[in-house]
Amino acid sequence: MQFIQPDINLDFIGKRLIGFSVSATLILISLLSLLCHGGPKYGIDFAGGTLIQIKFSEPTTVDKIKDALKTIDISGASIQQYGEASNNEYLVRADIAYKKLEGLSEKVQQVLIQAVSVTTETETSESTPTLENSESSSATATTQTVSQEVTDDQTVQATLPAEVRRIEMVGPQVGKDLREKALMAMFFALLFITIYISGRFEFKWVVSAIMALGMICGVYVFQKMGVSMPFLIVFALILSMILFWFLRLQYAMGAITALIHDVMITVGIFSLSDKEFTLPIIAALLTIIGYSLNDTIIVFDRIRENSRKLTRDTFDKVINKSINETLSRTILTSLTTLIVVLTLFLFGGGIIHDFAFAMIIGVVIGTYSSIFVASPILLLWKVQK
Amino acid sequence: MKNISLRTVIILLVLFASLLYVLPSFHIDVWPHKKINLGLDLQGGMHLVLEVEAEKAVESTIERMGNDLRREMKTNHIKFADLKRNVFKLHLKVLGNESIDKFNKVLDDDFQEFRIASRKQNGDQLTIVLDLPDSDVSEIKKKAAEQALETIRNRIDEFGVSEPDIRRQGERRILVQLPGVKDPRRAKDLIGKTALLEFKLVDDQHSVEEALKKTPPLGTEILYQVVENRQTRRMSKTPYLVEKRTTLTGEYLTDARVNIDSQYNEPYVSIKFNKKGARLFERITESNVQRRLAIVLDNKIHSAPVIQERISGGEARITGSFTHEEAHDLAIVLRAGALPAPVHILEERTVGPSLGKDSIRKGIASMVIGSIFVIIFMIIYYQVAGLIADLALALNIILIAAGLAGFQATLTLPGIAGIILTIGMAVDANVLIFERIREELRVGKSPLAAVDAGYSKATLTILDANVTTLIAAVVLFQFGTGPVKGFAVTLSLGVIASLFTALIVSRQIFDSLLINRQLRSLNI
Repeated sequence: MQFIQPDINLDFIGKRLIGFSVSATLILISLLSLLCHGGPKYGIDFAGGTLIQIKFSEPTTVDKIKDALKTIDISGASIQQYGEASNNEYLVRADIAYKKLEGLSEKVQQVLIQAVSVTTETETSESTPTLENSESSSATATTQTVSQEVTDDQTVQATLPAEVRRIEMVGPQVGKDLREKALMAMFFALLFITIYISGRFEFKWVVSAIMALGMICGVYVFQKMGVSMPFLIVFALILSMILFWFLRLQYAMGAITALIHDVMITVGIFSLSDKEFTLPIIAALLTIIGYSLNDTIIVFDRIRENSRKLTRDTFDKVINKSINETLSRTILTSLTTLIVVLTLFLFGGGIIHDFAFAMIIGVVIGTYSSIFVASPILLLWKVQK
Repeated sequence: MKNISLRTVIILLVLFASLLYVLPSFHIDVWPHKKINLGLDLQGGMHLVLEVEAEKAVESTIERMGNDLRREMKTNHIKFADLKRNVFKLHLKVLGNESIDKFNKVLDDDFQEFRIASRKQNGDQLTIVLDLPDSDVSEIKKKAAEQALETIRNRIDEFGVSEPDIRRQGERRILVQLPGVKDPRRAKDLIGKTALLEFKLVDDQHSVEEALKKTPPLGTEILYQVVENRQTRRMSKTPYLVEKRTTLTGEYLTDARVNIDSQYNEPYVSIKFNKKGARLFERITESNVQRRLAIVLDNKIHSAPVIQERISGGEARITGSFTHEEAHDLAIVLRAGALPAPVHILEERTVGPSLGKDSIRKGIASMVIGSIFVIIFMIIYYQVAGLIADLALALNIILIAAGLAGFQATLTLPGIAGIILTIGMAVDANVLIFERIREELRVGKSPLAAVDAGYSKATLTILDANVTTLIAAVVLFQFGTGPVKGFAVTLSLGVIASLFTALIVSRQIFDSLLINRQLRSLNI
């Protein structure tokens, strides 16, 4: 069986301008969406706050929960039905300032449990216990009154009308730490990949290593000086693009441009669909980087091989031939990966849902970018000559 | 098979070893006895990051030294005024030349720890500010964090959680992981409680209501007794006017146990003081009969019983309407001792056991469904060669599982996602090889030559492609926390396993088919 005929020869390079304009539009939309939403929408991992996943034994409504939460001054909480309606499962999310955060999950828990259960009120009776010498406890009479029979905690648990299935509470400081760590992770991944590509494809190990080292030192120094992290990373990325250009690290430039392209569009689509950024999403973005690179490198590898073999052809022909030769593989692998990511999206359950969604976008965009972004960029230098 | 090559031996060894490592996870207990660790998100449990408020430890040290200084000055009849603590500094005025001389002597002889921050003499009045040297301050902070960790560990050990993970994170953060904890709320109470036990006399001379309206009289403060009605879950707060001076603290405790009151069948905590504490307690109770003594835990009054008589023997009981569990936990925190400084929770992640089970079920379901699709697809597309790729894929999953068990890595939900992703990407290496072989076959090579050429040309490509994925995974591991780290682990294991299965195992199968079985044609 074969999807792609072996003698296929589509003119990808000739249509590279269409590719570029499609990419540019997508990136523009992503940036606009980010701008309109005021940056990415951070989940509690990065913004700080409290998230409670609660499952009720009986049907209830969002309004009921909202009313219950009002009694403890949480009016800004967002409440979402989670999963299917028959599950009676809800997500409560509150961005509560730090000091109030402590003990909040308990309070919310209590109020919600109360809201759906019928409670009978009993008067609290004042009690005055006495301190007594335990060796002569019979000598003094305790004035303490037992106001209620002690309910066994076990039975209380069993008849609870609501079950708290997940609590996540992240303080704002931790959120900021995690945000910076995530950015650093992306940045470092890109730098190391740059070294590897420049080394393997153009034998520029030393040049790229020195460049990467300089970048790391620079970022470190500026970070110590208190420059904000996101700004720093964006600046570093732009600077490295300029350096790629002048140092003629063409393969690195092609690959890294494609990666930034993929990440930006994925982030943009996330922003458009109003989804939140959480730690697993960062993992997904890094996997997309790995995956897209995988694709890109396989095409690059063919280009390297063919440009040695076909010395008489022009470089754009070589590139086009290489893309066509690897097309069958590109589509097959994307297909199998897409199959598993789709099953994950459909059957993996709520927590992994957004992760799988990011991966689906990433696989599609990553495949596209290795053909229409990474490879044509190699031509930029040739045109100049 | 006539000659068994070295490669076959290696493959069989790896297969055998990985099976050994995988089996214990399926309740078949064989030698390495290493099961795959499930992350908190899969087995349920609690993850806490606490911050030790180490400044408070410094403040209380300075406060205590200030009290010592006050006592010392009183016994030496030194006239002073305005002794108060302001954050880390102790301000005071010494009045009169004679007092200043004596004060200087006391300061030099008994309080060498103090650093003199500023000193101003105005006639016969000395204004002095004392603090602690920076090295001492950082030492106290460090000790506070260490001691807090130790105390929390003791408390959790007594509480009884299997395989807790408690460690320092950075300078003053403590990471606590309690897998499978059944009652997270109770555990959190137990960990977070400072458990500073104090005994303070209740001021009966002044009325609480008046003190509430205005400021409380000198040397007294208002503390509250909070009682929760367990049936209505309503809190009731009762104010008490107590003397600020602490008569006795929990540091003199030697033991705390739960007992049941035979009369009311209510649990209470009996505490035992050491010799010094017992003497102090006897003296307090003797001179304050018929007054009320408040038992204060973390600035909340637990009970304020009336002292009926002098109590000797150094034993007392803390009553209050406890549940058995509350009494049990109180005894634990009292035994383990107070935290040197309060801690607060920076991050909390709790997953109930039922959600964890759900996640595992769904994760495995999507893994099975995804694999079946990929397996069928490969067989349809590549026929016999597809079958070989599927074999390699199965081995790949076994290898990842064995790696997880062998390295004692933790499997998390994103980790399962990582495995599923590897299933998709693992066939990539085989696809690359097969496409190459097809190309070579089209050129007209014999199957054996085509397989040989296909492998030799694809190997470098596969290496390049996988090394870059590995770079991303390693970076993810370095920067990631918890679940994300689990994802990085399975992804890296998957990459390495797929290199092995594609380049060595499937090659071996091809070779043995083509060489030993003398196949003339190849279905690919």
